Amino acid sequence: MSRQAPPETRGGRPGPLDIVLPGISALLARRLSGFLALGSWLTLLGVAWFRRSRILDVLAQPGWDGILAVLSLVVLIAAIWLAGNRGRWRSIGSLEPEAGRSPVALAGRRFQRHHQAVLGLAMLATLTVVTLLTPLLAPFDPDMMNLSTGRLLAPSAAHWMGTDELGRDLLSRVLYGARISLVIGFLAVVIAITLGTAIGAVAGYAGGWADAILMRIVDLFLSFPRLVLLITVVAVFQPSIPLIVIVLGLTGWMGVSRLVRGQVLSVREREYVQAARALGYGPGRVLGRHILPNVLTPVIVAATLGIGNAILAEAALSYLGLGVQPPTASWGNIIQSGGDRIIDAWWISTFPGLAIVLTVMSFNLVGDGLRDALDPRHVE
Amino acid sequence: MGIGDRVVARYGGPTLIRYLGRRALQAIPLLIGIVTLIFLILHLAPGDPTAVWFNPNIPPEVLDRMRVNMGLDQPLHVQYLRWVKAFLSGDFGYSYTQFRPVRDVIGDALPNTLLLSGTSLLVIFGVGCAVGSVQAVRQYRLTDSLLTFATLFLYSMPGFWLGLMLILVASTSLSWLGLPVSGMTSVDHSLLGPVGKFTDVAQHLVLPTIALGLASAAGVARYMRGEMLEVIQQDYIRTARAKGLSERTVILRHALRNALIPVVSLLGLYLPLLFGGALVIEVVFSWPGMGRLMYDGILARDYPLVMAASFLFAVLVVIGNLIADLLYAFVDPRIRYE
Repeated sequence: MSRQAPPETRGGRPGPLDIVLPGISALLARRLSGFLALGSWLTLLGVAWFRRSRILDVLAQPGWDGILAVLSLVVLIAAIWLAGNRGRWRSIGSLEPEAGRSPVALAGRRFQRHHQAVLGLAMLATLTVVTLLTPLLAPFDPDMMNLSTGRLLAPSAAHWMGTDELGRDLLSRVLYGARISLVIGFLAVVIAITLGTAIGAVAGYAGGWADAILMRIVDLFLSFPRLVLLITVVAVFQPSIPLIVIVLGLTGWMGVSRLVRGQVLSVREREYVQAARALGYGPGRVLGRHILPNVLTPVIVAATLGIGNAILAEAALSYLGLGVQPPTASWGNIIQSGGDRIIDAWWISTFPGLAIVLTVMSFNLVGDGLRDALDPRHVE
Repeated sequence: MGIGDRVVARYGGPTLIRYLGRRALQAIPLLIGIVTLIFLILHLAPGDPTAVWFNPNIPPEVLDRMRVNMGLDQPLHVQYLRWVKAFLSGDFGYSYTQFRPVRDVIGDALPNTLLLSGTSLLVIFGVGCAVGSVQAVRQYRLTDSLLTFATLFLYSMPGFWLGLMLILVASTSLSWLGLPVSGMTSVDHSLLGPVGKFTDVAQHLVLPTIALGLASAAGVARYMRGEMLEVIQQDYIRTARAKGLSERTVILRHALRNALIPVVSLLGLYLPLLFGGALVIEVVFSWPGMGRLMYDGILARDYPLVMAASFLFAVLVVIGNLIADLLYAFVDPRIRYE
């Protein structure tokens, strides 16, 4: 009757427990994904339970980030429960060829076999969830000072990462800093990718003078160290988050445009592109509908790696005091605030730095995995 | 025979000189572009440079006279042409904060930056190639896995944070090493003899060099591992083994040299990263170089200094790329620049 066995029979027989705890039978069948699903589900439930007073607080006072956090918590718990009950968790992590042989499915399986990439993705997922839930997770208000008794406390049970020179809880500041860093990195890469793809596509498709001029502009931007250009611009204007995003975007597009140009050059004489041109389509339609979708794969990889680089650049900028301005917490400016007392209060600079390393590392892991998985030359 | 002689011997003098000449000609529009970009940044900014000294006590007539002195009363295209001419002839104006020509200020700082960048380049390519080769030779063993993780970790690390961690470790648990954590010379530097001076600076170089070079070294190692793995599979390596050469000779003399060729092309890629990194590392370690100068200039709004420094960083990258191309031609005999 069916092409494949129903999911329930694969990960072990579902018991009555599965209705409450999805994935438990998969766990019993020693499936890693079932274990992960169950683990994250229980963690989220734990957050909901232990932070119940905070949830009520957050809902009582208006503010978009609190509402968003509660909403994401509810949606995540519901989604994992539903997915678990449908037996999805048992199939997502399995390597059986039941998912079809489309290029996307093949790439998906190659990605799953790339254990480092899966690890990176798990780290990114955790990071995203933590970022969404920050108002519920952060033990203190990140800007709440305690000048009398709370200054420069070493890490302890009350302050897991210690406190800074104004008595603010470092863990809360690092958690809120994550949002700033991730949002800046993401938006900057969106700008860089858009700009780079547009310029590279025009250069590759038009050729001739346009190509020559655009590529000289790429050379020009590439001959500035990114950080030098960044601090020159930010120093002349006033540093603000939108300016940082724009400038990070404007200094990060060159690699993408070289990449896209090369790809466009290699596909623009293919038969299907000639066919599209023969049908009388204009250059915009040929580029947008027929060429670009076929060159986007390396762009996705570049974007993933680019977010990591943008986060590093933002951190360096904020470290120099030219990025995100205090009192808004960003990883770079927290490190800067601890730089002078690195010996007697090592925790201030150490923890946000570790956060940067782990974040950038997970983007690099995912980027590497995507590059290997999306490369169609990998034959199974 | 020096490297230059070997290049000349291989390609012949006239070819090399023609190639150099062509590349130099190509660099001129690039330099003009760089100057133009800096001019644009400065002039897109709100207010004019005299706003820096905004002070209600300065009478407007004096400000006007300053504007005339600085040429700010001229039309934009005149200012631009004057700007390009001055920059390309090495006249960067006068530093507001140091009260002497920017050219002199930079002349003092540039060698220090080149020293730090040079030692870091050695670390980047020395350590990077060594680690990458070891990984490739021990593929899929514990050493490889551990080093893969370590390089990934270092590759994702902000250099300035690594610098701070090095300062922390060097002044607490490793304080018996006596490594200086700031500046380029000790207080008693001028009293030391030539050998003492050398060791003094060398000691000060250790930590900044590691902080600046390690992340990029990890990047080179990742690349080198892939190259080496590819080379090891080649037929000529099997031939070398079949001849009965020792594994050491096979790896060091046959595999390594061929794997190094594409790695040289990374030089051009890492130079901007290196100089950008130097900027932050110099601030972390109070290294008296261009980065530190630029940073202080920004805080004091010393625009002539900042603009000259960012121009010179770009010029360094251009020159570095030229050297990288020449080096590439030197290590890969298949490439001929006709």
